[in-house]
Amino acid sequence: MDTLTRERSPLSFEGIDPAPKPRISIRNLEFFYGKTRALKGIDLDLPENRVTAFIGPSGCGKSTLLRVLNRMYDLYPNQTATGEVLLDGENILARGTDLNRLRTKVGMVFQKPTPFPMTIHENIAFGLRLMGTVKSEIDDRIEAALRGAALWEEVKDKLQASGQSLSGGQQQRLCIARTIAVEPEVILLDEPASALDPISTGKIEETIHQLKERFTIAIVTHNMQQASRVSDRTAFMYLGELIEAGETAQIFTRPREERTSDYITGRFG
Amino acid sequence: MASMTRRKTVNAVMMTLSTGAAGLGLFVLAVILIHLVAKGAGALNLAVFTQDTPSPMEAGGLRNAIVGSLVMSAIAVAIGTPIGILAGTYMAEYGRFSKLTKLIRFVNDILLSAPSIIVGLFVYQLLVVSLGHFSALAGAVALAILVIPIVVRTTEDMLLLVPDQLREAGLAMGAPRWVVIRTIAYKAARAGMVTGVLLAIARISGETAPLLFTALSNNFFSLNLTQPMASLPITIFQFALSPYDNWQALAWAGALLITVAVLALSIIARLVTSRKEKA
Repeated sequence: MDTLTRERSPLSFEGIDPAPKPRISIRNLEFFYGKTRALKGIDLDLPENRVTAFIGPSGCGKSTLLRVLNRMYDLYPNQTATGEVLLDGENILARGTDLNRLRTKVGMVFQKPTPFPMTIHENIAFGLRLMGTVKSEIDDRIEAALRGAALWEEVKDKLQASGQSLSGGQQQRLCIARTIAVEPEVILLDEPASALDPISTGKIEETIHQLKERFTIAIVTHNMQQASRVSDRTAFMYLGELIEAGETAQIFTRPREERTSDYITGRFG
Repeated sequence: MASMTRRKTVNAVMMTLSTGAAGLGLFVLAVILIHLVAKGAGALNLAVFTQDTPSPMEAGGLRNAIVGSLVMSAIAVAIGTPIGILAGTYMAEYGRFSKLTKLIRFVNDILLSAPSIIVGLFVYQLLVVSLGHFSALAGAVALAILVIPIVVRTTEDMLLLVPDQLREAGLAMGAPRWVVIRTIAYKAARAGMVTGVLLAIARISGETAPLLFTALSNNFFSLNLTQPMASLPITIFQFALSPYDNWQALAWAGALLITVAVLALSIIARLVTSRKEKA
């Protein structure tokens, strides 16, 4: 396996989709929880305006990788990352990176819906105000964001209701709306549909499909069908290593690695 | 089969014991309350609120003591709440993983269970001896020292109950830490934090020992913080031990007032908490 991963240059996503320019480039990324090495020498590019799905069994490091991309791990002691993650040519792992600015460029939606304890309107205005959006624009931006997350029709008459009064699926779309309202460059989705019913999941997937026109998206999912439905690229991770990455169709039909095919055919994981 | 019988017997015995214990507790509480209402309600009248503490055998009320208690409690809360909330915020947010937090928590727990007379003596040394006289301010400071550990504890506990994911979601929007704390964490923990302050008020409203060494008492109406000030607990202490019927009656009235106030605070605290659960 080692020989194969080494042969593959990080830029070479094979297939029919001409590789667009990478928005995020991950180089030799290592991650540690204390002394435990959770990510081992990851090299990967996330191409612009594409959805990259991360699959792999629990504990393989998918979510950890995502939390590196907006440096969410910074919140906790004893969590360290080494290597490089380049966004717009800047290494975001470097000391002195403005985390608030980074996170406005790299938005994140979590596994469990996390509406803030405030109204629907305020949930979205929260990020806009932080960015210093002028008051007169806020309402329009909120509507645009809610439309973008396919939630506008359902909530347009109750923007003053609590965000937490919505259903799980609606809450998750509210979180997506909140994230896209501030126009990030990259959106990280950490199993965004795993707590939702199939209908809500379908809506989220539709939303993701539309969002990739404007954003670069990374999604972690346990659901193989979901990965094949929503993503252009798929990266398979196992025990902290990136085993294989490529076009989704290729990964699901002609994986090069035996472990990849074992995983996607359900032989383990 | 035998083991089944045994289990049933043990179960019956345990249930009887615990029901009995609960019943005994309630019975004692009921006796106290009934006695208190019976004695206190008779002594309650308008004069209790409009007249000051009388000389023995004269008519009068508790106005100076009621106002004194309100004033000193208010100052104590005004001093203790911000300190308590800020300290609790440090412990739950900024310094969650630091050694200092563990130390503060340990010391705070000691302060929480320290006998209040020790706090009274401490403030006596600090503000009464050094200034040369008893004062309402010293009383308020002593009460504030009792408020702080309660507020620290509830603030930290309530903030720790706020899911980390909510904080992460706020930070993921690019919000600085203090914005996340102020607009998200405080909002999510508000009901619990308010309850903590209410419980702290309830706790200090019956404290006698710390006031004995600090605010002392005053037979006259006074709003001067640099002078001794009357308070309900001390007036009750003084009047209940006296041989005079009118003083004893006023002590009962005062005791009833404090009890009703504490009960009201507990009920409000409950309402605040349950409203949060529904939301």
